[in-house]
Amino acid sequence: MTGPAPATARRSVREVRERVEAVPDPELPVIGLGDLGVVRSVAPAADGVLEVEITPTYLGCPAMPAITAAVRDVLAACGHPDGRVRQVLSPPWTTDRITPEGRRRLTAHGIAPPASLASSASSAPDGPVAVELGAVPCPRCGSRATRPHSPFGPSRCQSVLWCTACREPFPHLTAL
Amino acid sequence: MTTTSDAPARTAAGTPPAPDGADLAVHLLRLGDDALVLGQRLCQWITRAPTIEEDLALSNIALDLIGHARVLLTRAGRLDGTGRTEDDLAFTRSEREFTNALLTELHNGDFAVTVARQLAYTHYAVLYYEALAGCADAELAAFGARAAKEVAFHRLHADRWTLRLGRGTPESARRMRQGLERVWPYTGELFDEDDVVRRLAASGAVPSPAPLRPEWERRVTEVVTRAGLTVPAGSWRARGGRDGLHTEEFGLLVAELQSVHRRFPGGTW
Repeated sequence: MTGPAPATARRSVREVRERVEAVPDPELPVIGLGDLGVVRSVAPAADGVLEVEITPTYLGCPAMPAITAAVRDVLAACGHPDGRVRQVLSPPWTTDRITPEGRRRLTAHGIAPPASLASSASSAPDGPVAVELGAVPCPRCGSRATRPHSPFGPSRCQSVLWCTACREPFPHLTAL
Repeated sequence: MTTTSDAPARTAAGTPPAPDGADLAVHLLRLGDDALVLGQRLCQWITRAPTIEEDLALSNIALDLIGHARVLLTRAGRLDGTGRTEDDLAFTRSEREFTNALLTELHNGDFAVTVARQLAYTHYAVLYYEALAGCADAELAAFGARAAKEVAFHRLHADRWTLRLGRGTPESARRMRQGLERVWPYTGELFDEDDVVRRLAASGAVPSPAPLRPEWERRVTEVVTRAGLTVPAGSWRARGGRDGLHTEEFGLLVAELQSVHRRFPGGTW
């Protein structure tokens, strides 16, 4: 160790990326932006300025301004005060971008993680009412005796399910 | 594809706005106004919906629609050469400058009217955004792909309620029937094609909604039939929103939408 670095020391791209990914999501603070799959890239742009690309979960996600501000703060604290945050829509975010660690953290905090879209592709496409086929296990007791309660929940990305074993509702990150 | 098919993609870069972006600006403003106005209407259900779950559903749907409007209005403002931002477009235009389809501004009515309006709009929006996802403009295609998935979720909500009300009690079925009759004359405007849309479609820039109508009719008829109801007949149809001619109830909606901005111009928090 050579003593504490000054606050404005320019951190490497890898270090910046780690810090950006560790920023907690404003609506789901148990999970970082990296594990949520919102950080697309951290790299110098053509003009040499460090640029962070983020993807909104939903187009109307009200957390985007807060996320953008938090990432800017990280860039400034890492010695990149001129760093840019850019929103990219393509390819669109899906819940399959949530990392295994992210899914583990969600479950640990009582939020059932989304079913994998890749593995649920066999669901009937035009079934009358099914949002997601296959029981979502209860994040508290693990029971699969759960049923949908409300397709819309406390935030846009969450629905509400009911565990018949716990007799309690629980939030579920809707697969999309 | 014609030889001009790459022109819209070139203007898509946006800076500086090329003159041939004008048509696209008009079209995107219409789509954005549809989403903005319907989102604003749905917000009027907040604290008034039949259940807390329904309050959350309608407000979350509204939030998505306003998210769609933000993308579309931002892009329209960049293309039309005026440099207006999404906020300028939403909060400083007068009633006559809004180009949403009349369907989206109709008064909420009772819950069944709102469900009928959602049924008509969401089935249209899924089809149109899916078509948009295939357009040459990468930014619009990405938006279309994402928005299509979001409105598909709203469509599910509308389908379920149509079935539930149609097959519920005689009273709920009566209300649902009345809801469909109230909104149906306004559905045709969603598929209208004028010179702007024709030019855009011919150049391959964006798809026209007109060819989607038979599939839309097939899909909504299927849901309405399953609900034990019939799609309203009748040839009277309303139009005018695309030209800025609105219903009487639209003025109040715009006044409410813009009230904070008018009181605190340029205010941020």
